[in-house]
This record gives sequence, structure tokens and C-alpha cells, in this order.
Amino acid sequence: MKKYLLDLEVLSTEMLSDIHALIKLTAPEPFPEMDPGQFVEVRVDDSPSTFLRRPISVNYIDRQKNELWLLVAAVGEGTRRLTRLQAGDRLNCILPLGHGFTLPKSHGEKILLVGGGVGVAPLLLLGSEIRKAGSDPIFLLGAKSKDGLLETDLFKEYGRVCVTTEDGSAGEKGFVTQHSVLGEEHFDRIATCGPKPMMVSVARYADQAGIECEASLENSMACGIGACLCCAEKTIDGNVRVCQEGPVFNTRKLLWLH
Amino acid sequence: MPGRPRVQYKEITMAALNVKIDRLELRNPVMTASGTFGYGLEYADFMPLRELGAIIVKGTTLEPREGNDYPRMAETPEGMLNCVGLQNKGADYFCRHIYPQIKDIDTNMIVNVSGNSPENYAACAARIDALDRIPAIELNISCPNIKGGGMAFGVTCEGAASVVKAVRERYHKTLIVKLSPNVTDIADIARACEAEGADAVSLINTLLGMAVDIERREPVLSIRTGGLSGPAVKPVALRMVYDTAHAVRIPVVGLGGISNARDAIEFMMCGATAIQVGTANFLDPTVTLKIKNGINDWLDQHGVKDIHEIIGAID
Repeated sequence: MKKYLLDLEVLSTEMLSDIHALIKLTAPEPFPEMDPGQFVEVRVDDSPSTFLRRPISVNYIDRQKNELWLLVAAVGEGTRRLTRLQAGDRLNCILPLGHGFTLPKSHGEKILLVGGGVGVAPLLLLGSEIRKAGSDPIFLLGAKSKDGLLETDLFKEYGRVCVTTEDGSAGEKGFVTQHSVLGEEHFDRIATCGPKPMMVSVARYADQAGIECEASLENSMACGIGACLCCAEKTIDGNVRVCQEGPVFNTRKLLWLH
Repeated sequence: MPGRPRVQYKEITMAALNVKIDRLELRNPVMTASGTFGYGLEYADFMPLRELGAIIVKGTTLEPREGNDYPRMAETPEGMLNCVGLQNKGADYFCRHIYPQIKDIDTNMIVNVSGNSPENYAACAARIDALDRIPAIELNISCPNIKGGGMAFGVTCEGAASVVKAVRERYHKTLIVKLSPNVTDIADIARACEAEGADAVSLINTLLGMAVDIERREPVLSIRTGGLSGPAVKPVALRMVYDTAHAVRIPVVGLGGISNARDAIEFMMCGATAIQVGTANFLDPTVTLKIKNGINDWLDQHGVKDIHEIIGAID
């Protein structure tokens, strides 16, 4: 898949919580093809204390409006600067990067999409593509509390949404792997993105239930295009580049279950 | 006499940018630093690779190496630390699977070679010597991220000399030796390499450094330390290039934090015949093209017809 270096225009930045921002971008030309789970390397301008680009997964693409959405959590200086982008600002991006999630091979597959915190980001595009392909996504979204639940209404457009919060302020109280939907439904496949402990739990659940599971990793990166080997993750095939062979991996390839 | 106003047209010229390193002809002095440009292919979507003077591909060792555990990278002020640890699939794999993909790239493709003993370096170099379209190697005696090899050879004159001597016996094309800055006097090491038949030296490799995660009370990097690169190291690199260029007769290739044409010109004025761009490729995958064009523009603006006029301009 050809990679592009583009200056995108910020259409809007909407704060979805104290630290989460939805940034909508556009470009003069139609955006290239992008798969759910692929990411963008974003240059952070006017940020003297940061140096490298930031990898941000694609949240959604609106082809009609030619909009690319990025969901960003302000967890450090660089991402905080990104959440302060304003309409009309330019954002220099390299895209699309990495390999995304597997799309359904047949109609009517039942796929569980498990997201935690800002990790829900790629699941919106994935859910919409799964729906387009004639299958049913079920979203299982977790957060510490109600404030950390993101884009819940948007997810509802594509499938059933189940929610857990650690403090019980919304949905079922507890972790995603404790949600009752796991006992009620049978799934053909699971896709997950979020904090590593959550993804490891999901991978364990999938392994025990004999379900294929893919997880999107967020190892820190320098180049994002496969050149520097800084983001390497240990797999059954040795160290591989998260930015190139990933960020999405079948969890059986990872060493999480060993 | 009044009349039409005189328009001062800017003279459009093209300064001669080509330089030579031993027998190696570079169409311009801009090279890419090993480990920052993959095998070149990773950047082919962003720029025409023929615009480069040379591409130095990822470090290659005789045997495959898995590299170090994650985390391998820490962002630092105006730079970064890495401890990748020479992850590569070995010389056999390179010759069989990677070389066929890169041999027709229209620039000098140079292989960075590393090892853990003089014999092991020489055996790897000999494998690369057999590849028609690889006109040169860069000998990495300065990787700070592997045990029992790499930098261990680059920090003493005897160690450096032993590797260069062994490789020189089995490698017949242009031999560039990449030097470590983690030494008392880099010019002494350069002289030792020159005495054993190195055709050029490149410097600097990364500066050994460390980063700490105070919440975890742990080093950020998996092996505790790593190599610092980026603009933060540029003044150190410039001084070392200047010292080395005044100590040896062979060409010096300068690198360390070069991010724009001005940086490149500074290195050349300090005595570098060519320059390498490393970490800056991560921030802008087209930066090498901008640097090449920027050097040309500067030369034109200053009426310099040939880049050799600025090489070593500082006494």
C-alpha cells in the first residue's frame, strides 16, 4: 500500500472529555484507501519538548465529506499539543501505515470488538466496515468511569454496544472480560485495542474459548515506516516491527499467553 | 540615462555537487545513515532515491541477530536514544533476498557491516565483496548496543586496527570505517584505521546515553543504555569531524544531528567530503532531498561553482 506524506487541514477539534479530543481533518484530494487498524504518523508542531512524530490510529473516514478522524488522548506533551489544534491549522501526516484488522470473510460473521479508553478509536472504522461487509459487530467498550467512554452514540449506528466501567458509573461494573455478553453470545472472532493488560485478558479469554483474536499494539515508535526497528515486538516469529507487520497481530503470534 | 528599470535576474546555475570517496563517485554529498533508512525501499514512496549520493543500508552481521528487547527507544530533548542492537537476518539472507530487491536502485548502495571478532567482520565483508552492485561497505566498529563486539573494537586504536586489518585483507572495494564518539581522542582512532588501509572514515556513531522512568524507577531502555542521536549531538559531532579531518588524509564523512542544508554545510566546512542524514529521516522522510536542494541553493546564492570550495573551508 503506497504511503503518502500530506499536509492535512484541521476542520475541527472537539473535546470529548477532559483529555480526549476528536480531530477532524480534510485534504484537497480524496484520501487514499485505508484499512481499519492502520495508523497515521503525525508531526507535532510548536512542541519544543517533543521530538518525534506520534502514531495515531485512524478513527474513521467519511468518504462523502473527505474527512479523516483521529481520536487523541492527551497523555503527554505531544498529544496535549495535538488536542489544542484549531480549525484551519495544518497537520503534517504520513499515511496510511501498518497492517490493519482482518475483515469478515463471509456474510453473517459475529465479531466482538473490545476497546478500552482511547483504544476504541480504530474500532469505529472497523465496525462500520464489518457492517458494510454484511456482518454484525458487537462493541464491548470499557473505561475507568463514564467520562472515559468515547463515541458511544457513533458505535450504536453499527451494532449493539455493551459497556463496562471500573467504578460502575455506566454499564456493568468491572472489566470488559467480566461483561455478561461474553456468556450470552457466541463469537466467530474478536478484535481488540486498548491498554495492554486489557488486551492480554481478552486474548486469554479468546484462547480459552477457541476464538480467533486480533489485537492492535501501541509500542512506541520512531519512524513508523519500518526503517528504524525501534517498535519491535517479540512474537513466535522473533522480533517483528509493530509499525509494519502490525500494529494488528493475531494474538496467537504474540507471546502474551506463554 | 532614464529608461527601462534594470531588472536584476537571479542567475540560475547548478553548482557541481559531485564528490569522490576513494573510487566511489557520489553525484552529491548527501548519504543516508545506517539504521535510519532501512534498505532504501521504505522511503521509495516519498522521494526518488536516485537523488541521493548514497544509501547506507541497515547494519548486517554474518549470522542473524534478534536485537534487543523492547523498549528500544526513548525520546529525549532534540534527539532520541536507541538500543535496537543490530537486528538483522544475517549476510546470507541479505545476499539472497534483499540484495536482489535493491541492486537496481540508481545510487550507491553501501552495506553497513558489523561483527564480534576481526575474523567474523572479515567473513561478513567478504560475502558483501562478492555482490557486484555494492561498491562499498561501512564498517561499524562503534555500535554501542551489542555486547562483545561493535563498540568494543572502536574505542581503542588496537581494536580498531585489528578489525580494519582483517577486513582489508578480504575486502577489495571502498572501505569506510564508522567511528565511535565514545572515546578520548577520535582522531587517534581515525589514524589507526587509516594506517590499516581504510579508504575513508565516517563519524559520529551515537553517543552512549541513558533515560530514566521515574515512576517505575527503572531505565526506559531494556538494556539500560542506548545511543543518542539527533540535533542534540550535532555540536559534538562537528568538533569531532573537524578534529579528524585535520588528522587524516583519507576523506571524512560527517554525520550527527544533520537536519537541514545549513547543518550539512557546517560539516563540510569542518572538513567532511560527504555527509549522512540519520534521525532527521524519521521526522521528514523527504529531508535528504531538501538538504541536497538546499546545499545547491546556498552554493548558487554565494556564487560557489563547485562544492569542493567549501569542503574544509575552516582551517
